[in-house]
Amino acid sequence: MTFAPGDMVRVADRPHTGHHRTPGYLKGKTGRIVRVHAAFANPETRAYGADGLPRLPLYLVEFTGGDLWPSAPGRDRVCADLFEHWLEPSA
Amino acid sequence: MSISEYVNGRYDRAMERGVHDRGGWPTDTPIDRREHELADWELRMDAIENVLEQHGVMNTDEMRRGIESMPLAAYEAASYYERWLFTTETILEEKGILAPGEIDARLEA
Amino acid sequence: MSDHGHDHGHDPIGRDGEPAAAARVRALEDLLVEKGVLTHEEVRARVDWLVSRTPAHGARLVARAWLDSAFKQRALDDARSAALELGLDPGESPQVVALENTEDVHHMVVCTLCSCYPKALLGPPPDWYKSLPYRSRAVSDPRGVLEEFGLHLDEQVDVRVVDSTADVRYVVIPQRPAGTEHLDEAELAAIVTRDSMIGVAHPAAH
Repeated sequence: MTFAPGDMVRVADRPHTGHHRTPGYLKGKTGRIVRVHAAFANPETRAYGADGLPRLPLYLVEFTGGDLWPSAPGRDRVCADLFEHWLEPSA
Repeated sequence: MSISEYVNGRYDRAMERGVHDRGGWPTDTPIDRREHELADWELRMDAIENVLEQHGVMNTDEMRRGIESMPLAAYEAASYYERWLFTTETILEEKGILAPGEIDARLEA
Repeated sequence: MSDHGHDHGHDPIGRDGEPAAAARVRALEDLLVEKGVLTHEEVRARVDWLVSRTPAHGARLVARAWLDSAFKQRALDDARSAALELGLDPGESPQVVALENTEDVHHMVVCTLCSCYPKALLGPPPDWYKSLPYRSRAVSDPRGVLEEFGLHLDEQVDVRVVDSTADVRYVVIPQRPAGTEHLDEAELAAIVTRDSMIGVAHPAAH
């Protein structure tokens, strides 16, 4: 596991061809690791009949609503489960 | 458009947003809070898909991928278990377990 | 862009007024049985399992957490194991996480990408949970959604929406209502509603 709770991370904003579980509304956004899950099989390869191994680290990442929706400032938060290979360290 | 015309579509086009990727999708539609008891066919559809997964015939990610390959209008018009039916037919045909048009032929028999 | 929100009750009508999909599903099942891929009995057994799942299961987890703070801590660390402690079936997901509501934070669960839901503990998800408007607005306008559900939160309470984007399943532990000190575990479980464990309602008045 690369990240620990409290780390700031940025969600990659890259185009992805095919099945993936990183929602569009989070791509390119910066959030904070709040929970480190167990590793899970990769849905991006499993969706095409592969076994999804090796398992990849999965994190619960928390974002501030105001960062996600510019027209709706506020301190409400949105969290999502994101795979490590979609996350970059954020300064 | 028939199911078999959809089957040969692939979710491999570079899309900014999949039809299923709904977080923050602009909408004016109020949330309809009416609930309905699952019909027999819906329970069966749920069960068939899960039994197929238990047997390793298809997995949850393939199932989701199949749903995501629906054209936008079809995705939005379909009921929840109609989407499950679409993906199960699509993936089973892809794997050669169902022949193209086999269900149509059975219904016409 | 707009959506129709036609997530239920608008199936094309086939013979005898049943949706066209119903006949297709029967044909699908028959074909799969004939091909030896599965049996009718297996389908029946899975249907039986699905209809056996109700929110009463999740409610037991919540009631025990309200009464036993050590159990609550175990549930917050690993809700799957905590459910097993109570003899509950936690479902197929390898990980279940419990989200505790407090005076400062109110949790709400959604699956924007499809319909991921802790159905082993709560039963099948309601239609609205799977609907396009809920999946869209739960993350972009959670307070507006909660108002639609008749849930008013005080200004100082933060909303924390959890989008189930992977195979982890989330259950909300709502705040224990005031005035329930005299209730036993079964009575407490009886006031824990499905919607309070999704996060769009408070537990029932008692």
